[in-house]
Amino acid sequence: MAELNIAERQAGDVTVLDMSGKITIGEGSVALRTAIRRLLEEGKKRILLNLAGVGYIDSSGIGELVSSFTAIGKENGQLKLLNLTQKLQDLLTITKLLTVFDVYESEAEALNSFK
Amino acid sequence: MTVETTELTLPSRIETVAAAAAAVAEFMSRSGVSDDAAFGIDMAVREAVTNAVVHGNSQAEDKVVDIVLKSSPDAVEISVHDQGPGFNPSEVPDPTAEENILKTSGRGIFFMRSFMDEVVWSLPPEGGTTVRMLKRR
Repeated sequence: MAELNIAERQAGDVTVLDMSGKITIGEGSVALRTAIRRLLEEGKKRILLNLAGVGYIDSSGIGELVSSFTAIGKENGQLKLLNLTQKLQDLLTITKLLTVFDVYESEAEALNSFK
Repeated sequence: MTVETTELTLPSRIETVAAAAAAVAEFMSRSGVSDDAAFGIDMAVREAVTNAVVHGNSQAEDKVVDIVLKSSPDAVEISVHDQGPGFNPSEVPDPTAEENILKTSGRGIFFMRSFMDEVVWSLPPEGGTTVRMLKRR
């Protein structure tokens, strides 16, 4: 089984990536980077990462989230985060990244925020 | 006082990070470490081993990472040694400073310091870098 599983679905003009597993150095971080690059190549610039199933992330994974955020921003797109686990929320808090990312607990609210 | 010690020598590959974390998890379950402490120790070990493999040994096949785990009634201590050129933690900028928040790297040491009670680097005479991390019970 892959370290990080990513399932893509479309909700209007927002692409939702339902992620489960680990975003850690190596396979997990690469899988996220590859998915975001592919979406940008396809012109999909409104992206919601559903992180409900991501039980673990390391500094490399956090770096990849930041890299995705800035890459999408450069293309005038938006990256938002949905359903952070408590651990991930804690990590984003201590790194002060919770103030950078747009974070939601409700998918409907997150999707509306793109409009 | 009972002190349990486990030593591991692992290759300088990315896969070593997960292997070290699995060994430490098994060690901690034997040592009766609380779930909260175990999360932080796991995180710190992964970051320390990542630094040893990637930055210390530059993933060189002829270099290894040595890990020593010690458990006592008072604390869990983990040392990670690489065979790299030597590392100075004071050269790593604060990742929470405003100008660094959007940097894509540089948070590993911050996490190690955040989750462990003591983190000390040393440059042993035989070369490389050793980082010793302590989590009190």
